Amino acid sequence: MLNYSLKRLASAIPTLLILITVAFFLIRIAPGGPFDSEKALPPEIEANLEAKYQLDDPLIIQYFRYLGDIAQFDFGPSFHYRDWTVNQLIAQGAPVSFTLGGIALVLAFVFGVGIGIWAALKQNSPSDYLTMSVAMIGISIPNFVAAPILILVFAITLGWLPAGGWDGSIQRMILPAVALSLPMIAYVARITRGSMIEVLHSSFIRTARAKGMPEHEVLLRHALKPALLPVISYLGPAAAAILTGSVVIERIFTIPGIGSHFVQGALNRDYTLVMGVVIFYGVLIILLNYLVDLLYAWLDPRIRYEG
Amino acid sequence: MPNVRVNLFSALLPGLALMVAGCGDGSEQPTPQPIRLAEPVPVTLDAFGRPAPDVLAEQQQLHRGNGEEPQTLDPHRAEGVPTANILRDLFEGLATTAPDGRIVPGAAGRWDISRDGMTYTFYLREDGRWSNGDPVTAEDFVFSFRRSVDPATAAVYGRMLMPIENAQAILAGDQPPENLGVEALNERTVQIRLDDPTPYFLGLLTHASTYPVHRPSLVEHGDDFVLPGNLVSNGAYELVEWVPRSRLVLDRNLDYHSAGGVIIERVVYYPIEDENTEFQRFRVGDLHWTDQVPSNLFGWLSVNLPQALSVSPWFGTYYFGFNLTRGPFRDNLPLRRALNLAIDRDILTGKVTQFGEIPTFTLVPDGLPDYEPPLPDYAILTQAQREEMARELYREAGYSEDDPLEVELRYNTSENHRKIAVAVAAMWKQTLGVRTRLINEEFRVFLQNRAMRRNTEVFRAGWIGDYQDAFTFLELFHSAHRRNDSGYDNPRYDRLLEQISTERIPARRRNLMVEAERMLLGDQVVLPVYTYVTKRLVNPLLKGWEPNVMDFHPSRQMFFVKSRAQAEAEAAAMQPEVAPETETDSGTTGDVTVVEEGTT
Repeated sequence: MLNYSLKRLASAIPTLLILITVAFFLIRIAPGGPFDSEKALPPEIEANLEAKYQLDDPLIIQYFRYLGDIAQFDFGPSFHYRDWTVNQLIAQGAPVSFTLGGIALVLAFVFGVGIGIWAALKQNSPSDYLTMSVAMIGISIPNFVAAPILILVFAITLGWLPAGGWDGSIQRMILPAVALSLPMIAYVARITRGSMIEVLHSSFIRTARAKGMPEHEVLLRHALKPALLPVISYLGPAAAAILTGSVVIERIFTIPGIGSHFVQGALNRDYTLVMGVVIFYGVLIILLNYLVDLLYAWLDPRIRYEG
Repeated sequence: MPNVRVNLFSALLPGLALMVAGCGDGSEQPTPQPIRLAEPVPVTLDAFGRPAPDVLAEQQQLHRGNGEEPQTLDPHRAEGVPTANILRDLFEGLATTAPDGRIVPGAAGRWDISRDGMTYTFYLREDGRWSNGDPVTAEDFVFSFRRSVDPATAAVYGRMLMPIENAQAILAGDQPPENLGVEALNERTVQIRLDDPTPYFLGLLTHASTYPVHRPSLVEHGDDFVLPGNLVSNGAYELVEWVPRSRLVLDRNLDYHSAGGVIIERVVYYPIEDENTEFQRFRVGDLHWTDQVPSNLFGWLSVNLPQALSVSPWFGTYYFGFNLTRGPFRDNLPLRRALNLAIDRDILTGKVTQFGEIPTFTLVPDGLPDYEPPLPDYAILTQAQREEMARELYREAGYSEDDPLEVELRYNTSENHRKIAVAVAAMWKQTLGVRTRLINEEFRVFLQNRAMRRNTEVFRAGWIGDYQDAFTFLELFHSAHRRNDSGYDNPRYDRLLEQISTERIPARRRNLMVEAERMLLGDQVVLPVYTYVTKRLVNPLLKGWEPNVMDFHPSRQMFFVKSRAQAEAEAAAMQPEVAPETETDSGTTGDVTVVEEGTT
């Protein structure tokens, strides 16, 4: 098991290196540069800027210098937010995105799994159809529609919650977290229902029931763990995505997470910032997939013993 | 439980209704809940021209929506309007602006300009101080100007200093920054020598790239001198907190030379890029001042929130450029003129952009104190007459119904640009039968294509003047200008620009500029569409600011007045105590009447 984990971790390094290389050259190939604007710069000034940010060296030299820098965890200065380094920007934004994403994940897990189990138990009843239709709507309504509706209802019409902004207080987290978790709740509910129904029809559940085990124990001790496997494999990568922030939610609620750095960084040709968030996201995905594998082993004894 | 569900649905209904309405073509207006904004009391002034203490609200904290996150607070490396707004509160150049945009003394209390217009002598205020109490000296300005042109600073807006002696050579690295024509004559006197008389030079001194920076804190903190706790500034406010992309908090700088006249105690800037979000936050009362207004809400706002909506001309022009270096427009003036005449600007501004933009036939916007753009003769015709002319010119250019022009119109990603491009293409099609292909490009791709002049035919462009002078528009079309994306190359025009730069007599200089613009419009290098407007929502209790063409609104000039309701409540609370003395009572009401007469 330990051996396996170490091997998995070691294989992450070439993956990351490929990711860095591809991202580095892709963003450089994109037309335009970080200092372009509708007001063109005089050539002297453009040369000064390029010299300051070391963009005047050949690309391959810049690439190796960059590799050297990130080996020391130095992601360089942001080209757009010029008073901050990429390290600082990620350090400021990541906790915000993590908090918000974390809450959304918990909501998604608790409500999604709860609703899913409930629907599975009431399989083919009107309430099953109703919840699953609502879940389908939840999946299909995009964030940029759900979020403004939430603001309209809860901030403007009812006046219960703030319309946006971020100061670390719970009130300001509720609406964005709910908006972020809604489609996830729906997904998780559908996945849970499907796998739960499958598990409930398997022979070991029949055996448990035949032994006269109380129904809630059948569900919690025997059915739930295997039913959660597909949910976990969905939640791993989904968690990476949600923890690194959502551009849409951040924009609508004016939240200073790192989600908007992906899009805004690319549009601004903020080379270092784009690289920083890409690497951050890459590392997170690798870590979470690794975690999912460990969870699998814990949830499914077959994997544990084979491993 | 069912009860709750019903409530939730009824609560959702207005939102859904808004969404459905919002999906319309803009003619149906969404119907958000009406906002009740407090009505202000009339402003009365005391003997010094300041707002009287009894009309001022207790709470003097200003919350401003401010578009994008500032890129940097280092004034010499800054760019962009949002950054400039914040820096205008933090710093003060030698000159500054009054609420109406006029240039008035700033850090310098007065100045002399030599007869030839090439030497400016500034006398700094005796009581000018940095936010840490240090005096603001002539040496500070010399240091700052040198830093601003020093290639090592890599100032984006270094070109603002180009009129100063040797600035260009220093920016190019050919001379040391010490050679810049800025000198401290004594502790409080700065002298600036220019290469050419530059009538708009004082206007440049309101720009961030000419603000002073505090040398000791720069030495101590290096690039981090702009962070809260480190930043020492000489303006009306000082930086207390900066949470990137969340908020930026400024407090009154008690060492500011006119600190006594500054009423707003705290200013909080919020970077909010989404105009709908900004509007919502204004509605719930989070903001007193917005940077933008959702473009589809103009009709609704002008009916429901006229007291908060402010729309005024801005110093910028929206236009389309022709690529003169190749393909159908090269050496084909009749064609360019035909396309120019075929578009109906009134429809574009009245039906498409719908925000009070001002239709224009000229490049330089109206409203400069000493410049009148030359109106082309077709400007006074009716649109039908213009279209008739357009059809004739189109035929003259060699095109017809059977052999129509096929043209590409390029614009960068934006809802507004798209709508305008679609409408323009439709007008060309309808009047001339032109087949237009619309090409939408991401901003930087678009800019690069424009600059290369290889793929472009017609392209969207916009220009906001950097300083209050027609030259900021005219210089764009010098054959060597880097933003001359049309590729206009007319030696006569270039010569005119050079003459304008060296002309010392204002009237002659103005005539030269008019001649230059007439040449530009005569050659139909661009197709001007409208003059930009600034549009925002402002809480009616916030006073002291005026719309101005540069859109400069320093917080130090603003103040909050009491709401009418509050003033009445206070008056009512006073009433019982003074009631017995009828004389005082009538006296009070008498005062109020006078006040109202005085302000109406």
